[in-house]
Amino acid sequence: MNLEFTAEERAFRDEVRAFVREQLPSATRAKVLGGYDLSRDDFLTWQRRLYEHGWGAVNWPKQFGGTGWNAVRQYIFEEESAEAGAPRLIPFGLKMVAPVLMTFGSPEQQRRFLPPILSSEAWWCQGYSEPGAGSDLASLRTRAVREGDHFVVNGQKTWNTLGHFADWMFCLARTDSQAKPQSGISFLLIDMKSPGVSVRPIALLDGGPREVNDVFFENVRVPVENLVGEENRGWTYAKFLLGHERTSIAGIGSTKRELARLKRVVAEERRDGRSQLDLFATRVARVEIDLMALEITNLRVLSGEGASRAPGPEASILKIKGTEIQQTISELMMHAAGVYALPLRLEAMEAGWQSDPTLPPAGPRFAATAACAYLNQRKLSIFGGTNEIQKNIIAKMVGL
Amino acid sequence: MDFEFSDEQRQLREAVEGFASKEYSFEHLRAIKRSGAGWDPAVWRGLAELGVTALYVPAALGGLGYEPAETLALMDACGPSLFLEPILTSAVIATVLLSRFQGGAAADETLRALGRGEEIAALAHFEPRSRFEVRWVETRAERSGEGFGLRGQKAVVAHAGLADTLIVSARTAGRQSEAAGISLFLVPRETPGLKLIDYLTFDGQRAADVYLDGVHVPKSALLGTEGEALPAIEAALDVGLAALCAEAVSIMQALLRATVDYLNTRRQFGQPIGRFQALQHRVADMTVHLEQARSMSYLAAARCAVADLEERRRVLSAAKVVIAEAARFIGQQAVQLHGGMGMTDELKVSHWFKRLTAIEILLGDGDFHLQRFAASMTWA
Repeated sequence: MNLEFTAEERAFRDEVRAFVREQLPSATRAKVLGGYDLSRDDFLTWQRRLYEHGWGAVNWPKQFGGTGWNAVRQYIFEEESAEAGAPRLIPFGLKMVAPVLMTFGSPEQQRRFLPPILSSEAWWCQGYSEPGAGSDLASLRTRAVREGDHFVVNGQKTWNTLGHFADWMFCLARTDSQAKPQSGISFLLIDMKSPGVSVRPIALLDGGPREVNDVFFENVRVPVENLVGEENRGWTYAKFLLGHERTSIAGIGSTKRELARLKRVVAEERRDGRSQLDLFATRVARVEIDLMALEITNLRVLSGEGASRAPGPEASILKIKGTEIQQTISELMMHAAGVYALPLRLEAMEAGWQSDPTLPPAGPRFAATAACAYLNQRKLSIFGGTNEIQKNIIAKMVGL
Repeated sequence: MDFEFSDEQRQLREAVEGFASKEYSFEHLRAIKRSGAGWDPAVWRGLAELGVTALYVPAALGGLGYEPAETLALMDACGPSLFLEPILTSAVIATVLLSRFQGGAAADETLRALGRGEEIAALAHFEPRSRFEVRWVETRAERSGEGFGLRGQKAVVAHAGLADTLIVSARTAGRQSEAAGISLFLVPRETPGLKLIDYLTFDGQRAADVYLDGVHVPKSALLGTEGEALPAIEAALDVGLAALCAEAVSIMQALLRATVDYLNTRRQFGQPIGRFQALQHRVADMTVHLEQARSMSYLAAARCAVADLEERRRVLSAAKVVIAEAARFIGQQAVQLHGGMGMTDELKVSHWFKRLTAIEILLGDGDFHLQRFAASMTWA
């Protein structure tokens, strides 16, 4: 047993650190480290710099233009770049649809769709959940009916993340309503500019910038060449995709970054004598300890798998614990702000905002974003398979 | 990175597990417990033949000279059998402690005897008022003729009653919680003035309160340099803590397995109760606790003997926080999910639960270690 990275892995980590230090725009870095909102351009600029460096697809094999890194290297990359203040990689193209295309797509689909994902010219979004199909995804009712060389799609998708930026959607639709629910679903690629597609924002509890949407399909015509794999086999591909992301599912790097921010603000609060925070300090200690343990758990999972092994249900442990820790940190951050977290100033999510530069502020700067972040992070235990669904998976795994 | 046991570790595990399955059935454990003896000398001899008592004895003294991190494989194999014999007390903590004084005549002689399994030693350190504070020592050793006179009291000393030798900490200088001034003495159990009140602890092991009333020991009983024993005591207890973490994890694993089996077998309302989601989710929570605890037991083993004291403490405290909480949760829930059967002496579940409960407290409970961790945290 040896819990240390190899010399080669440490050298790689230094290389990632150096790259991020040199290439990450300082304004983006400041936004990420300060907990402010990022624009579409912030994400894309970073993604393009990675691409120019040959790191456009850290989770892809070399044959498709990826880095060919193993799971441990991917982990090191994601952790180092997150800690250093780089934006997260938008997962829908790179990490979700791309592995499906590589595994089940036709050579033509691979040639057509993978390069624009790699160069971040195409933004993808996911069309899975529906108003009546959440955890029970297989009950989805969006229909795709074959008419000549097209599918005609009608229905509604929801909780569609950042679809208003998207050029393409990978979408699950029912192509056989007679079969068992899982056996009548197909995996379609839909051009978001197709006539009949409309995207409407869903207002969330944090009142923050637009994040999720309802997407409506009215007689949307999708060419049959945009069917991935076989008709009615989409459920298999969807499950493949849902379980595929495990190097970053626990979010160790970004969580470390947020914990460091929490500790900085608590240190400032204590210095300013604003509040009695000793009991609070042990709550921070407790979450730091949980994160230490999760990091080892994550590394155990990564080192136990070959690059090609399909992910198992250990991913559920990482998802549950990772999201619990992230939610706890956002909760502690809000409570560190105390009453100064109450003012609802959406402008405060923009870096550099000041209420009135001529007057002293009422509370610490971090307080302005703390409540929004806390409210928004409640989503973590709900999306990507609720934590309750993850527990069902674990119970099955241990033999129930 | 590599999370697999080495071949050597696997062999050790297989040997111990093989021995346990033949010589230490649950029925045998219960028989020893019923007898009140607190251990089986024949089992101890068997463990010595496997080399368990020699693992941490330096090679120069006839031992195997293992690294402290190897306790992981040993305790992982021992844990589920619930050995009452003094593996942790004598073969790990006392042996690791004495090997810090290798080269001294008294230490060397005792280490050889420990390695061969001929003797048992126990560290008599914690006191009625020390709680978990390692540096809190009130027992005093005064110069007396050619030796020392020891006066004081040690509390809940594991296996003291079966030890041939007690390793007693006492102050030769300093105030009760000062780091400097603590010395260690080898005290044969039959020494006049040494009185033991011996009892069973709730996990079925034996322990004793030790009273030292003018116990005279020769100068040769002093281990190492007078007044400088604290780092050695801390080092041995840190290895012991990592070992305890590994033991806990192996017991939690056994409890989880037993619980899943029970939920699949026990039928109510016309179906196995494992079909009920409320119980499934409890098992999922137990699994998450177990895997987090296992991760920390690996980290604790890897760091329990590093020279950097701050780092060692930080990791060990973190490990004990996670493991104490996991031990409590898994232990309590295993009993709960077994229903009335979990309350009985007849199932091993209750025995595992009691040992986990003891481990939760031993060498610092979760709150103690959380506070220690928090106090050492850097904030910005």
